Amino acid sequence: MAATLSTPSARGARPAEQERPRGLFRRRAGDHDKAGPVAYVLLGIAALVSLFPLYWTFVAASSTGERVAQSPPPMVPGGELWNNITTAWDQADMGTALLNSTVVAGCVALSTVLFSTLAGFAFAKLRFRGRNALLTLVVATMTIPPQLSVIPLYRIVTKLDWGNHLQSVILPSLVAAFGVFFMRQFLSEALPFELIEAARVDGANSLRIIWHVVFPIARPAMAVLGMLVFVQSWNDFFWPFVVLTQQNPTVQVALSAIGGGSGHDINQAVIMTGALVGTLPLLLIFAVLGKHIVGGITSGAVKS
Amino acid sequence: MATHVRAEAPPARPAWRSRLYRFDLKASPYAFIAPFFLCFAAFGLFPLIWTGWLSLHYVDLLKPDVMEWRGFGNYTRLWSNDQFWTALRNTFTIGVISTVPQLLMALGLAHLLNFRMRGRGFFRVAILAPYATSIAAATLVFVQLFNPDYGFVNWMLDAVGIHPNWYADTWPSQIAISTIVTWRWTGYNALIYLAAMQAVPKDLYEAASLDGANRWQQFVRITIPSIRPTIMFTIIVSTIGATQLFGEPMLFGGGVGVSGGSAHQFQTLSLYLYELGWPSRQLGRASAVAWTMLLLLLLIGLAQYLITRYRKRHELGG
Repeated sequence: MAATLSTPSARGARPAEQERPRGLFRRRAGDHDKAGPVAYVLLGIAALVSLFPLYWTFVAASSTGERVAQSPPPMVPGGELWNNITTAWDQADMGTALLNSTVVAGCVALSTVLFSTLAGFAFAKLRFRGRNALLTLVVATMTIPPQLSVIPLYRIVTKLDWGNHLQSVILPSLVAAFGVFFMRQFLSEALPFELIEAARVDGANSLRIIWHVVFPIARPAMAVLGMLVFVQSWNDFFWPFVVLTQQNPTVQVALSAIGGGSGHDINQAVIMTGALVGTLPLLLIFAVLGKHIVGGITSGAVKS
Repeated sequence: MATHVRAEAPPARPAWRSRLYRFDLKASPYAFIAPFFLCFAAFGLFPLIWTGWLSLHYVDLLKPDVMEWRGFGNYTRLWSNDQFWTALRNTFTIGVISTVPQLLMALGLAHLLNFRMRGRGFFRVAILAPYATSIAAATLVFVQLFNPDYGFVNWMLDAVGIHPNWYADTWPSQIAISTIVTWRWTGYNALIYLAAMQAVPKDLYEAASLDGANRWQQFVRITIPSIRPTIMFTIIVSTIGATQLFGEPMLFGGGVGVSGGSAHQFQTLSLYLYELGWPSRQLGRASAVAWTMLLLLLLIGLAQYLITRYRKRHELGG
């Protein structure tokens, strides 16, 4: 499976690497892609900047409100995490929110991956009239801001009495142009024409080819796309904010309520706890699957 | 007779099957792309046109069935509205100060991540972690970090003696919002660049280093030209993202009541659209803002297309 991920050029480069010139030029030629101390320092800073706000969220979420509002700010976690979690749970329905976000992001990810793989396969490997024009159209749809459809969608949803129901968040996101483009790029490289032809000679129809040839080969890219779409859907803010209320929120909508209060009596630590609870599920997934996601992205699944 | 029938019969089934086979070949591509186009037509194209139609009317959010013809009145009203121009300018400035550093840093990081090194798996996952953080969570964290009284950023800046107000002043507030955007997206873009860089043939670098080119020269002369299509792709995607900025400025302002700062100093077009459509209940005018956004994106797209075409010609000519 890993072999299908690497690009032809990367695969071709490996033997060349072993036949590095020896003698006088050996050191320079062999070291051309080895990191020096500067690279470690710069990447260390980048990692620190990336991770610090996340660490600080945890520090704030485990502190009291007064401790967060001190100068200098606290740098080590306190012992208030559980209290803050219960308070956040009281202020916004975080349980419902987490469940709703899981359902929405799960449905959106599944359907996007399925439909994108089908369309990506058609665009990558099948011949049909209007293919290039339709592919251009798919890419062009990526430029349309979602704000353009918000007002009519809002009217459709209210007319159908779907306001505050999860299907009004799920249905408009069932497909994504990015996904189609992503799968097309992957399958153009990873799926040889010969495999499809061989399957056809064996008498397989298109559906069987999808099931027995395309899906197994596309699996790593499908997993990466699924993750990206899940994260994006989990973090989606504008449309859920417009169409859902605090009675049936997704995590982001619930968070906007915790942070959106006015006055000086808001407990900043509780706000940060909300942010932590909303992010933690994704961070856990990243901690477990991060290497695979990164591997999937960097091995050429997203190339343009 | 019997032999005649036998000779006739066998081709009959393959003919039926081959017709089915040809039908499968012809129809299945369309069946596979149909879900995308059906959903796009229902939830993308149809609302898009409807929004255009709404933008020519006066429509109240609470009485959406009563539509009063305005022609291009909503658009001319935008043209002469200061708040619209402020939002447009803010969208542009926030877009530039978030997109440009973000993509430059991503390019540099990708170059570093492309080296052989210890712990590179860790570095790659670490810089992608902000991507997993939602707009809401990230903004809430940065609201804390940028707090003028007790925030971490000003506590550090105290050392050099500056104490910006990250909310009330135009540039600091816009820089703060751009920081959130940059923080969330730099790692993601870096990985996309890294993917492209890994497809650049290694022999090119070997040859260059044998010719005595240093790393900077290799980066500028080989890496950048080789991944130019990917760079264009990220520029386009980030431009689109910047045009649609909504959650960060909204939550940075502290919630629904405040729309992009007390003097709209960080109100974006999306936020202006929301303010017109929901709190002010004027769906027609909000629709006009939406269509203006689309026209702007088309203009930017056209400009980018012309620049690349000019560049290509220029390079072929030189």
